[in-house]
Amino acid sequence: MASVALGADDVARAFEEAGCDVVRTGSRGLFSIEPLVEVEQDGARIGYGPVGPQDVAAVLDGSHAARLGRVDDLPFFASQQRFTFARCGLTDPVSLDDYQAHGGWKGLERARSLPSAEVVEIVTASGLRGRGGAGFPTGIKWKTVLDARSADKFIVCNADEGDSGTFADRMLMEGDPYCLIEGMAIAAHAVGAGHGYIYVRSEYPFAIRTMRAAIEASAHLVAPFTLEVREGAGAYVCGEETALLDSIEGKRGQVRAKPPLPALQGLFGKPTVINNVLSLAAVPFILAEGAEAYASVGFGRSRGTMPVQLAGNVRHGGLYEVGFGITLGELVNDVGGGTASGRAVRAVQVGGPLGAYFPPSMFHLPFDYESFAQAGGLIGHAGITVFDDSVDMAHMARFALKFCAAESCGKCTPCRIGSTRGVEIMDHIIAARGGAPASRTRQEDTGYLGKALYSRAPDRIDVSVDAQVGLLRDLSDVMKHGSLCALGGFTPYPVLSALDYFPEDFGASSPVTEAAE
Amino acid sequence: MEDFISDWVARHGADRDRLLPLLHAIQEEAGHIDPSLVPVLAEALNLSRADIHGVITFYHDFRHEPPARHVVKLCRAESCQARGGAAVEEAATRLLGVPMGEKRGDGRVSIEPVYCLGLCAIGPNALIDGRPVARIDTRMIEQLAVEVNA
Ligand SMILES: Cc1cc2nc3c(=O)[nH]c(=O)nc-3n(C[C@H](O)[C@H](O)[C@H](O)COP(=O)(O)O)c2cc1C
Ligand code: SF4
Ligand code: FES
Repeated sequence: MASVALGADDVARAFEEAGCDVVRTGSRGLFSIEPLVEVEQDGARIGYGPVGPQDVAAVLDGSHAARLGRVDDLPFFASQQRFTFARCGLTDPVSLDDYQAHGGWKGLERARSLPSAEVVEIVTASGLRGRGGAGFPTGIKWKTVLDARSADKFIVCNADEGDSGTFADRMLMEGDPYCLIEGMAIAAHAVGAGHGYIYVRSEYPFAIRTMRAAIEASAHLVAPFTLEVREGAGAYVCGEETALLDSIEGKRGQVRAKPPLPALQGLFGKPTVINNVLSLAAVPFILAEGAEAYASVGFGRSRGTMPVQLAGNVRHGGLYEVGFGITLGELVNDVGGGTASGRAVRAVQVGGPLGAYFPPSMFHLPFDYESFAQAGGLIGHAGITVFDDSVDMAHMARFALKFCAAESCGKCTPCRIGSTRGVEIMDHIIAARGGAPASRTRQEDTGYLGKALYSRAPDRIDVSVDAQVGLLRDLSDVMKHGSLCALGGFTPYPVLSALDYFPEDFGASSPVTEAAE
Repeated sequence: MEDFISDWVARHGADRDRLLPLLHAIQEEAGHIDPSLVPVLAEALNLSRADIHGVITFYHDFRHEPPARHVVKLCRAESCQARGGAAVEEAATRLLGVPMGEKRGDGRVSIEPVYCLGLCAIGPNALIDGRPVARIDTRMIEQLAVEVNA
């Protein structure tokens, strides 16, 4: 989809018209060289990119200035550990032959030669933790479902990927759909499930199409396990696992109270494995290569690799799969090459709209669940959004609150009302510091998706910024502790980190940490 | 539309979990989900009207009135903001002559906000009549305005 958005359809057509055999692959993951064309000659693949339709002749005679040589040798790719994304961008996504030739189905074959409990043990031993955000050990989740007694069990793949700055799920589904199917079939064998759902957000039409085609083509290989795609309908909260289950059941996507755990009473009340795309797609490697091969990379209790997504104002944005432990600074500066605008990096948000903003002084943080949690942030789905020094952090804090207000499922008051109240407080702060470009706040007032959110223009500012900041902290505290799910509960992360690390943008007169006490 | 719904249900079943796929199918067929269909849907799936109404209004995707001839969905999430999304939004609302979240009076174009298209490293991004377009700038919006007004 990324390449298509950059004009790849026209490029492909031009090559076809020039008489070439064109194979459309998924993305390799380095967007600054897309559309990327690889020409196969004598068994070697020579890359060119970015390529436009006018470049066909120059590419074919090898004289094009954008000649990159072997793509695998580019530092961006050579320095990765691609366990999950090994095939992505190399193969024809829906070709079963290609998948098999590149090691496909080995994991499923091995899994099916073993008793269920042993497969679960292997996944546990690999140290794989859920890649969707919470980092819960996948093996333990599977064991709960395996041990649950029920004739019907389900495997549900969470492909809602609503976080901004994330696109790994999309890339995998578009570029290597059988990898996900194989992972789900292994999960089905491991827990004794007969049917699976892939819940894909509607913003990903290409992924939906590719997954459907791949499911049909591989049905005979994963039988008796059966699979179907469910299309979401544009609600961020449906990424939360219980809201997602309600959505599949045809209801409003509202968060369910836990317990009961979905592992025991999930979809249609039956035991259900619900995992992120990347968690499930990591499993074929683990089964094929062994738990130890996976667990041997990583950092602390974060084992294996993480497909990191570099996004926002970054020079070399894309997907970078690497073992945990690489530092935030290495990712942003060395791999990402700093900002695309060429200005200084001022802030990076890690983990989507509910993730904290970090300044460059935190770039020593190793990418690892525990380190980020300790620093008041989260890894989430490993999206990193880079901002240069033109960013207004008070505006970003306001945006986080507004997003929460627009996307709240409505079940709990701190999230539903508190976020709206938070937007008002931010309006007071922004007006009081006298700073925000008027155009920005005004266009924001339509609200996400045109919903008219209650947001009164601050007409009378009779309270000090410090008092407002104190109020914001109190409110954050209530949201953090009084919300049923992480949408309301984690919104304080972007808000408070913006406040703590960038107090000057809030116009607070005294050190903000004091205002908090 | 009543026939479409009964055909669909005959082919795909009338279980409660068919509601979302059916709503997608209706919207694909008709461009929107007319509120007058609520009782029809309630009957077809054996659910209450309130239930159906609740679902249709919960999800951002479902439209309650016919779409504009051209639908421009602009991403306003953080990564696109970091890449100059606000300026593009300003240019789009000005050059297309319609505020964010609204359909133009003559029905030719609407601008709708979306929250992330998964193209976050090459923004600002949009879906223009369903087609993904990356690195949108003012010049592209100008071209679009010409097309829309043609
Ligand atoms: C508001 C909200 C949105 C979420 N969105 C997603 C999502 O888009 N994709 C995802 O895999 N997990 C998402 N999660 C996390 C899921 O609830 C759940 O933890 C995950 O699907 C479990 O799979 P894993 O163990 O493989 O990570 C979200 C959670 C919350 C609270
Ligand atoms: S925190 Fe918000 S989204 Fe989560 S359950 Fe409560 S109201 Fe719903
Ligand atoms: S933030 Fe705009 S496409 Fe992701």
